[in-house]
Amino acid sequence: MQAIAADVFKALSDPTRRAIFEWLAHDGEQTVHRLTARAGVSQPAVSKHLAMLKHARLVRDRREGRETHYSAQPRALAPLIDWMGHYGVFWRERFSRLEDLLNKIEK
Amino acid sequence: MNTPNPTTRSLVIEKDMPHPPEKIWRALTQAPLIGQWLMETDFLPVVGHKFTLRTKPVANWNGMVDGEVLAIEANQRLSYTWVSMGMPSVVTWTLTPGNGGTRVRMEHSGFPSEESASYKGASYGWQKFIASLERVAGGLDRP
Repeated sequence: MQAIAADVFKALSDPTRRAIFEWLAHDGEQTVHRLTARAGVSQPAVSKHLAMLKHARLVRDRREGRETHYSAQPRALAPLIDWMGHYGVFWRERFSRLEDLLNKIEK
Repeated sequence: MNTPNPTTRSLVIEKDMPHPPEKIWRALTQAPLIGQWLMETDFLPVVGHKFTLRTKPVANWNGMVDGEVLAIEANQRLSYTWVSMGMPSVVTWTLTPGNGGTRVRMEHSGFPSEESASYKGASYGWQKFIASLERVAGGLDRP
């Protein structure tokens, strides 16, 4: 699970990959061709981005004839959504430890 | 005490503490003291200083943070980057004296601003992405 979370963060650390993911999430399944036209970068570059998104399980691919169709898998975003909850708990706990420490140490 | 900001996706914790700012400042900036409440660290209160914070790994988190000091105003304000699991963020502490004590404000802003993104259009920066995340992930259950 930890490895998967790291993969998701890494995959989404690139703005082009975030853009591709958003297109797929908002507009549904698309071919590599169509994504290449939208991204304005070469097809090999788009394929490489898609491979990273797929590795992080953020997209799924489907062969149909000569075309590969990609679709978003928003469930893979869960580790990112957990982020706020995780740090909320973390900092509240750290704040109380800070207060305990301040009560212990002198001026 | 704990308010997520929907536009910037930052986490803010604010608390009044019955201690002078100078004392709280020490706890925020001296490595041996930081180690007692936050995490083990080689932090130094010097702008540009790079440090690490380490604690025991827990589920979904390796317990490791890389940081760099961004801004320091003694006894008032401290800001550093917080990079964990490849995800960048910024932590800013603000101390305001008052009522015989100090208001301690910590803001952990989710993601850095667009400037760090190499993408020229900047329309797919982290901020926007995170803002749209909840729409995208509509059906997801929060744990």
